[in-house]
Amino acid sequence: MIDLQLLALLLTPLLGGGLLAVFGSRRWAAELNSLMSGFTFLASVALTMRVVEQGPQVAFNEQFFIDPFNVFLVALTAFVAFTTSLFSRPYMRVEQHHGKLSTPMLHLYYSMYQLFTFTMLLALTTNNMGIIWVAMEAATLTTVLLVSLYRTPASLEAAWKYFILCGVGIALALFGTILLYFAAERVLGQGGTALLWTHLNQVKTDLEPTVLKLAFVFLLVGYGTKIGLVPLHSWLPDAHAEGPTPVSAVLSGLLLNIALCAVMRSKVLVDGSLGNHFAGNLMMGFGLLSVVVAALFLSRQKDIKRMFAYSSIEHMGLITFAFGMGGAVATFAGMLHMTVHSLVKSAIFFAVGHAVQKSGTQQMEHIRGMLQISPTVGWGLALGTFAILGMPPFGVFASEFLIITTAMHSYPWSTPILLAALGIAFAAIFGKIQPIVFGETTARRLPHPPALIPVFVHLLLALILGLYMPPYLAGWYRQAAALLG
Amino acid sequence: MSIPFTTQIINLLASILLLIAFAMLSQRRILSLIKLFAWQGLALSASTFVVAYSTAQHHLYYSAALTLLLKVLILPWLLHRLIHKLNVKWDVETLINIPTTMLVGIVLVIFAFNLAAPISQLSESITRGLIGIALASVLLSLLMMITRRKAVPQVVGFLAMENGLFFAATSATHGMPLVVELGIALDVLVGTFIFGIFFFQLRETFDSLDITHMEKLKDD
Repeated sequence: MIDLQLLALLLTPLLGGGLLAVFGSRRWAAELNSLMSGFTFLASVALTMRVVEQGPQVAFNEQFFIDPFNVFLVALTAFVAFTTSLFSRPYMRVEQHHGKLSTPMLHLYYSMYQLFTFTMLLALTTNNMGIIWVAMEAATLTTVLLVSLYRTPASLEAAWKYFILCGVGIALALFGTILLYFAAERVLGQGGTALLWTHLNQVKTDLEPTVLKLAFVFLLVGYGTKIGLVPLHSWLPDAHAEGPTPVSAVLSGLLLNIALCAVMRSKVLVDGSLGNHFAGNLMMGFGLLSVVVAALFLSRQKDIKRMFAYSSIEHMGLITFAFGMGGAVATFAGMLHMTVHSLVKSAIFFAVGHAVQKSGTQQMEHIRGMLQISPTVGWGLALGTFAILGMPPFGVFASEFLIITTAMHSYPWSTPILLAALGIAFAAIFGKIQPIVFGETTARRLPHPPALIPVFVHLLLALILGLYMPPYLAGWYRQAAALLG
Repeated sequence: MSIPFTTQIINLLASILLLIAFAMLSQRRILSLIKLFAWQGLALSASTFVVAYSTAQHHLYYSAALTLLLKVLILPWLLHRLIHKLNVKWDVETLINIPTTMLVGIVLVIFAFNLAAPISQLSESITRGLIGIALASVLLSLLMMITRRKAVPQVVGFLAMENGLFFAATSATHGMPLVVELGIALDVLVGTFIFGIFFFQLRETFDSLDITHMEKLKDD
């Protein structure tokens, strides 16, 4: 039984949201935020150990379902949410010190941060395709006020775009969910079980293919808006650039993954029903387009957070492409890439956040000489950039290598496109980060010492995953890959 | 060959829903727009009620009541209060090209019916065509969101889109599980509150609710 662990996992952030809604203005709110996130992480570890021991299982009247695919995302989500809360403690204090944030704004931030964690974990663990939708929409609702936290014209515009575009996208996903239910109801009958993924998975071959085909298009476009797939991505760079950096880190590192997880759940059902590669082809198309377009946009960016937002689009495209190819190796690589991208991208955003605070601008031409003013920020940024660009020995290299070799094998035409895009991205990012790290500095010291331990912990984990994959983790990924087909 | 009375009513209500979607597309006054939205909610609630009666699905009565409460009473009331407080009650939007918008709308409806045609053939006659109508009203609301330049009408379009979706859920599939419907209703309600907060933030920053002010973030 996993009831207890699951309950702890979901209730801790919910309770945290409630507590911080009351105590968010206190001086120790930041510590409370980290503490609750820490407890959530412990609960996720307990849950993970249970599932590793006992295999996939359902809980609470089958409303929740944990299998190797979502449990690794649960652990990852809880971990990154925890480290981000550690990072945000000094970061937000500096922002307050600089007069960019007031205490009521921080109050809102802490409370919403916990609720956001809750919605993400709910979306991951629920077995009900309808509740996935509800949780994804709630995740938008909790973050939209965080994107506009600074109340600058640009941040309001970004938040409005985020709200409207993701709202429309997610509405289309709801239509897809309704169609899915329409098909399922004919097989499973009326009532509660017809949206439960485990039940749907058992009868997937009987589901009406014409309906499921249309449903998947809506689901992919809908959740794809959240993943940031081109051409539905236009909210993503704005929201990442204008929101506070901890929010950029969790949006980029976690929320995009979770939307992708929802798409994968749908894909399994559609594949079973259609028996062909329709869903995979669609995902490959969107994925490839995202990789190419994002790579081309990278070199034109002037804002550092905006540039790394485009890099997220590129990597999400790559993961979508890998999952679209399907098969054991590609899915394995996709999941590995999801993990290392989350770790590395959030680490980069942490380092970027401090670099921006030190220089007082997000414009890259004015951020210079980070190594001089603070070796830790400089090295964090440099190593993070190396890692995200797929330099060995970091984990991103391993997963990109696997994805490209599989593509070479199954879809040779795509290999030159992928390689060219990765090359362009490399040149663009490396060229812009190099003078930021080295060179003469104009930056100043900060009133609070930055929390850079999370940066190096993330990078270390990404490094370990590149050098040595623990056997149980590999077994996990393999099981999940078999599940997703 | 006679169609049952309840089915006729559902079809009638579905066409009213679609007509209102068209009316919203061409409505320039914010106040009238909100009224239309409330009427659409009423049509939706009535159709849910009829479906509940004709199929003896008891949980649909709850859905119908929920729709009545949320879409006809609470949301229009909230919007009324908002536009009153924001002092945009008598705002008239200059819409360009209403005829063109209407023509695009008609094309969208045809597209929606075509897209839904294979699915309509599957369903057991009573609700044939309803998925098409639902999809059409979703797309019309989407069109409305694209053509509007002010924040409040955009949000009304957003909520109207939710109406179309809810219609698909209740009439075409005889209702999603109650827990899902409650979740959706909660999201819509919270969403409207957040939109409300947003309106004030926008007004504070831009001195208007015109979203043309918000086209600065671009990749040059």
